[in-house]
Amino acid sequence: MTDVPHVPVARRLLANRMFLATCVVCTGLAVCVLAVLIVSIMMDGVHRLSPDFIANFASRKPDQAGIRAPLVGSIWVCTICALTALPVGVGTAIYLEEFAKRGRLTEFIRINISNLSGVPSIVYGIIGLTAFSRFFGWRAGAEPIELGSPDSLLYLRLPFGSSVLAGGLTLALVVLPIVIVASQEAIRAVPNSLRQGALALGSTRWQMVSRLTLPASLPMVMTGAILAMSRAIGEAAPILVLGAPLMVLETPANLMSEFTVLPMQIFNWAGRAKASFQEIAAAAIIVQLAVLMSFNALAILVRQRLQTPLQ
Amino acid sequence: MAHPAAAATTSAARGTPIPRSSRDRSERVVKSVLLSFSLLSIVTTFSIVAVLGIEAWGFFTGFPDKPGIGIVPFLTGTEWSPLLGGEQKFGVLPLVCGTLLVTLIAGAFALPIGLVTAIFLSEYAPPRLRVVLKSALEVLAGVPTVVYGFFALAVITPALQRVSDAFGTYNALSAGLAVGIMILPIVCSLSEDALRAVPQSLRDGSSALGGTKFDTSVKVVLPAALSGIMASFLLALTRAIGETMIVALAAGGLAQMTMNPASQVQTMTGFIVAIFTGDAQANSVEYSSSYAVAATLFLMTLALTLAGTAILKRFREEYE
Amino acid sequence: MQTNPATASVIAPGAAEPLSIRAAGFDGYYGSFQALKGVSLDIPRNQVTAFIGPSGCGKSTFLRWMNRMNDTIASARASGKLTLDGEDILARSVDVVDLRRRVGMVFQRPNPFPKSIFDNVAFGPRLHWRHSRADLEDLVEQSLRSAALWNEVKDRLHASALGLSGGQQQRLCIARAIAGGPEVLLMDEPCSALDPKSTASVEELIRQLRTAYTIVIVTHNMQQASRISDRTAFFFEGSLIEAGQTETLFTNPKSKQTEDYVTGRFG
Repeated sequence: MTDVPHVPVARRLLANRMFLATCVVCTGLAVCVLAVLIVSIMMDGVHRLSPDFIANFASRKPDQAGIRAPLVGSIWVCTICALTALPVGVGTAIYLEEFAKRGRLTEFIRINISNLSGVPSIVYGIIGLTAFSRFFGWRAGAEPIELGSPDSLLYLRLPFGSSVLAGGLTLALVVLPIVIVASQEAIRAVPNSLRQGALALGSTRWQMVSRLTLPASLPMVMTGAILAMSRAIGEAAPILVLGAPLMVLETPANLMSEFTVLPMQIFNWAGRAKASFQEIAAAAIIVQLAVLMSFNALAILVRQRLQTPLQ
Repeated sequence: MAHPAAAATTSAARGTPIPRSSRDRSERVVKSVLLSFSLLSIVTTFSIVAVLGIEAWGFFTGFPDKPGIGIVPFLTGTEWSPLLGGEQKFGVLPLVCGTLLVTLIAGAFALPIGLVTAIFLSEYAPPRLRVVLKSALEVLAGVPTVVYGFFALAVITPALQRVSDAFGTYNALSAGLAVGIMILPIVCSLSEDALRAVPQSLRDGSSALGGTKFDTSVKVVLPAALSGIMASFLLALTRAIGETMIVALAAGGLAQMTMNPASQVQTMTGFIVAIFTGDAQANSVEYSSSYAVAATLFLMTLALTLAGTAILKRFREEYE
Repeated sequence: MQTNPATASVIAPGAAEPLSIRAAGFDGYYGSFQALKGVSLDIPRNQVTAFIGPSGCGKSTFLRWMNRMNDTIASARASGKLTLDGEDILARSVDVVDLRRRVGMVFQRPNPFPKSIFDNVAFGPRLHWRHSRADLEDLVEQSLRSAALWNEVKDRLHASALGLSGGQQQRLCIARAIAGGPEVLLMDEPCSALDPKSTASVEELIRQLRTAYTIVIVTHNMQQASRISDRTAFFFEGSLIEAGQTETLFTNPKSKQTEDYVTGRFG
């Protein structure tokens, strides 16, 4: 019997063990890097955290500076973003999954959404600037149309300029593809047998969607929405392009107010050479990460408490 | 005794019927509203193409009072100095080079480590560890990019400066590594999803033939998940190319054609930020040059996204 | 096709319209594939008619045409005559929503909605009428009683329907189907996913329901067909081979193919 050349088992087992070691090393490296990230930021900034830090406005003196304006600005911007992106995003997902017939228009919409999710956020900033801030150059050079008084809550200025409304709408563009894809997956998770059951009882498409599909997919849609918002709250590039000033000393009073967001303030302070500015940048990052963690915790809570099996 | 089913019918009849006309009407209204929402995505793409295209066209062909720059000098020129008054040069290659250098460093760091970590999570890790690490990844994927920019400036650059004097305050390696750390969770998470999607029957088949875990993971599961993994790589690289805040903080503002990681570079996104936060006049050449750069950036990311979609479509069919 | 629900099912047997559903020269297609060829069949009112035949013979397809569920399949189309109480089912002007209320369907695998038992049964009525709360509660109770499920669930009407056993879930689906007051109940292999005890309870239920509803049941189980049906129709490769009284079809079939199938020589 001829000797068939083969790889000795010992060598293969060694390869197996070495690969496992490589895996562990890589994973360990990834974990280490991220641990270093968190620890160094904590060490830099934690001693700057105080109730004053949250309550104060920005200042040229790092010791007196606070994040009140960016924090409130972020809340305003995210709320506007959510109120715009969620209905449009979930509505688009419902249309694509439940109503659209296979055809060139539907396919074109799908391709568009897939491409839009790869567009850099700074490009959305440019579009937001042109479309929302400047209304594509309408009334360029002329005085903007004003409705209402600048001091009241109900004040509108057309075009929007670098207002918190323009910021919210621009961020809505950024997160829209995320909301659409997450909602599509949530709707797809509802088994088809349930849809057949509803149709057989005599429901129209919309009745089936509003009374069966949406309630059943709601926890997953909510999770997706929360994660999309946590992305929105961390975006700085589009806000930069919109023209938000680097130092804002007031919280927004109405939709047309100037504003800034927390990532912008971090960017501003991080770029300064003085060590004390670096420290308050780190402190602001801690606050930003705390906000992020609470969003994630909320998403997990929603997933665990509200998600029921579907069959 | 009346049959219960017959009684059920008369009970139903006690309700007031909802007429077909109102039902059909609400159906039509809802469908049009949802369709109009869906068309917004097309409107958005159209706006991006139109806004960037028109301004870039103006930049290339000329304004009423200035000559245009011309698309060929733009795409082939190797000097980019738009802010130098009379000596303005508009060759975009230094910016593209800066972007590519940073992306290359990021990819070299994140793609291998991310993939191997993904294999570990999917094939080797015990379930509890997997859940913990996956949750950590989910959180990290949401960290704002300014944080990584700060990390580059505050931690990575000083560490590099301790290693060698060649590293200045702004350098490509620091930014590249930070971008790499940023995209690491994306690569890991999406690759892990792709690996887990491979049916267990394939792993069982390999084990039954006497394969070690290494054999199974690398020779069976990895090829089966290849399309998803490649798509995740492309997505991560797309994010790296479009990344703004990290490079704005850590990479520098000097556009030069260099592959030296220790030198300052300016990326396309960095330049756009510099223009929009600077003092350039709204109708100046420098200002519209940023639109031309944005158009280039958009086309690059569009190409990568389309490639990713095409790969997913083509390779997925082979394994269905 | 809006009919007054109060008079729909309460016609005494043998009155004006003894035939509920009629088909004449019915052809059904999926794209270019012809699934049903020239089917002509009468479904009598208030009787149980069974469709039998080997896999792929078209019996389920024909069933799904009777409540236009095939509309959900883009490539499906039909020609010929198919009527309910004399009115054309296939016409484009038909209110499909009302048709599906009058012709209910129970599926092979129980498919209760992820809602409470009460909301499952009330789902259909809520689609078509506006009820007071008291009327709705009455209606749900009566439907659950008709489905022989009331005593088992009356204390947990607001618990999730997914907590019920397989047999209970299928009876819930039956209660859900009859809550809207249909005339016809279509059942597509309703017991094939159930254990023998649940199967027996569902079969008993079908026997009881026959006095108030016209029932059409597709089954793979010939013993089941002979147990519970009054009439049987045998399908093969898209054609209706033979239809008649169940006892006659099984003991003295007219066609050789029928005889081969019912004696188990193929299928």
